[in-house]
Amino acid sequence: MKGILKIAYKLLVNDKGKFAALLVGITFAVFLMVMMTSMFAGILHRSSSTVINIGAKVWVMDSAVNTTANNIPMPDYILDAIRSIDGVKYAMPLYSGAALVKLRNGVYQSVTVVGLDDTSLYGRPELIEGTIDDIYAENAFVVVKDAEFEKLGNPTRGTEFEINDHRGVIVGIARVTSSGLFGVPTLYTTYKRAIQYIPSMRYTVSFIMIEPKSSDAVPYIKKQVALLGYEALTKDEFTQKISRFYKYQTGLGINLLLMTVISFVLGLSISGQTFYTFILENLDKFGALKAIGAKGKELVYVILFQATFAALTGYGLGVGVASFLIAMAKLRLPSYAARITYANLGYAFIMVLIIAGFSGYIGIRKVLRIEPFDIFRG
Amino acid sequence: MGNVAVMAKELVKWFGEEDAKTYAVRGVSFDAHFGEMLYIVGPSGSGKTTLLSMISGILRPNKGSVVVEDKDIWSLTSDEIAEFRLSTVGFVFQDYHLFPRLTTLENVAIPLILKKLDWNESIQVAAKFLEIVGLKERAHLPPVKLSTGEQQRVAIARAIASSPDLLIFDEPTASLDGETGRRILDFVKKNILNERRCIIIVTHDNRIFEYADKIMKMSDGKIMDVEKGGSDEE
Repeated sequence: MKGILKIAYKLLVNDKGKFAALLVGITFAVFLMVMMTSMFAGILHRSSSTVINIGAKVWVMDSAVNTTANNIPMPDYILDAIRSIDGVKYAMPLYSGAALVKLRNGVYQSVTVVGLDDTSLYGRPELIEGTIDDIYAENAFVVVKDAEFEKLGNPTRGTEFEINDHRGVIVGIARVTSSGLFGVPTLYTTYKRAIQYIPSMRYTVSFIMIEPKSSDAVPYIKKQVALLGYEALTKDEFTQKISRFYKYQTGLGINLLLMTVISFVLGLSISGQTFYTFILENLDKFGALKAIGAKGKELVYVILFQATFAALTGYGLGVGVASFLIAMAKLRLPSYAARITYANLGYAFIMVLIIAGFSGYIGIRKVLRIEPFDIFRG
Repeated sequence: MGNVAVMAKELVKWFGEEDAKTYAVRGVSFDAHFGEMLYIVGPSGSGKTTLLSMISGILRPNKGSVVVEDKDIWSLTSDEIAEFRLSTVGFVFQDYHLFPRLTTLENVAIPLILKKLDWNESIQVAAKFLEIVGLKERAHLPPVKLSTGEQQRVAIARAIASSPDLLIFDEPTASLDGETGRRILDFVKKNILNERRCIIIVTHDNRIFEYADKIMKMSDGKIMDVEKGGSDEE
């Protein structure tokens, strides 16, 4: 079998024009599919940035909450009730809200303000300048140095701004694992200062973060929280809930899915058409092979090998080009959200196998139908 | 004359059904022997190619039987017939059907590769056959770089590479000038034909009749006459 596959390889690769056209088609399709799904994965990842950055194991919220950006504040007594649940090691409130800050140059800028529990500062970011204790200073805020940092005028420690008629001062610069989705800078402060500086509703607790005594305690905690009329989700569950919201309730998912499907159809048609032409041009040769004594299954192997080889080479090139461009784009554009995941690569791989299968199928159909007698008849 | 290599009995082949039914071969019987070069000649549409296809295991007859080396080939399964063609029959097609993307040497090696010989071994054996047809120096060229006569010889090398007992030539001189055609047939007669091999040639080129041992004339799907060929010394 190795010999016939070597023949198949040479027939494919030595036809440089067709092989190049096949590779371009498949590479382009894989490139587009990987880019689309990577952008989507990046957007989904960023949509959960608060959950990822804060890092709490269990989150309590109103069951109508779908993202960290739109929360429904809970009364303080819920925090007390949760702290009394068996299995809860500790529970902390978190404030998360939007605000407008007025910079020294008079420009207004939207920001996300995260208020950490005053006593524990649970969920605090890693500081690259300043110390976390400075957050207790008067009007103190810690700014996150991410892709949106420069929208605050590249602040340094001591930079002042105005927030809802209050003075704010940058006391530290932090970094986080994931940048946010909405293109606004993030400021950390204490919970008390956050609710004091930013106009809020009657209730002020955006989320309650729980550290369970053990992972076995989580189901019980979730049950007890449900009895209180709220929802407790693990970090992964909350991330998935946010992802589901963006996928199915915003139109984002369907639009990107359509783009991915278009890329797939494009690749399918280019490679299907090129492979079909390749088979047609060699049809008499396949007939001659049949006449010489090649069995049907051997010709099937030849075509499947050619289709699979072209598809996998195109897959490798497509993934390579997409990875390179994403890496380059990230160097130039820090806010570029694309993120290649194993799942994306897996989806693209499945799509490429479908392309190979389809191209192979139309080739096999044609070749199995050719009668060696047609070769004699010319 | 050697033993019987091919025994065709009452072969009938038609195409189409009912009103469109057309007979290509009408009850043809003949024997071909080892060590013999048999020509099947006749005008276009006389059924030569159809007959050739039936005796070489390519086209199933509607009636009749073909026995090659004591084996009724049309009682075999399709895979067995493919195996029969590979091991027993060598084909030289009218248009040669060489693979333009492979080298001359690789083209010759194809039947050996189909016989599951190792790649390197196939190439080594193919080189020997290429040497027999005098194209050793052209081994690494693609067939398109060769003259028509050279391509014909490559096709012959490919046909004999698997050492078949039955060689089938379909209009071997159709694309060649008279001199080249004669030279090829002379070469085949002297170097390829032997007492363990039977060669059947379909042609209507009377310039090469001198190399035939036996000439079978066909017309309208029937054998009209069988003559001794120009080379028959008996």
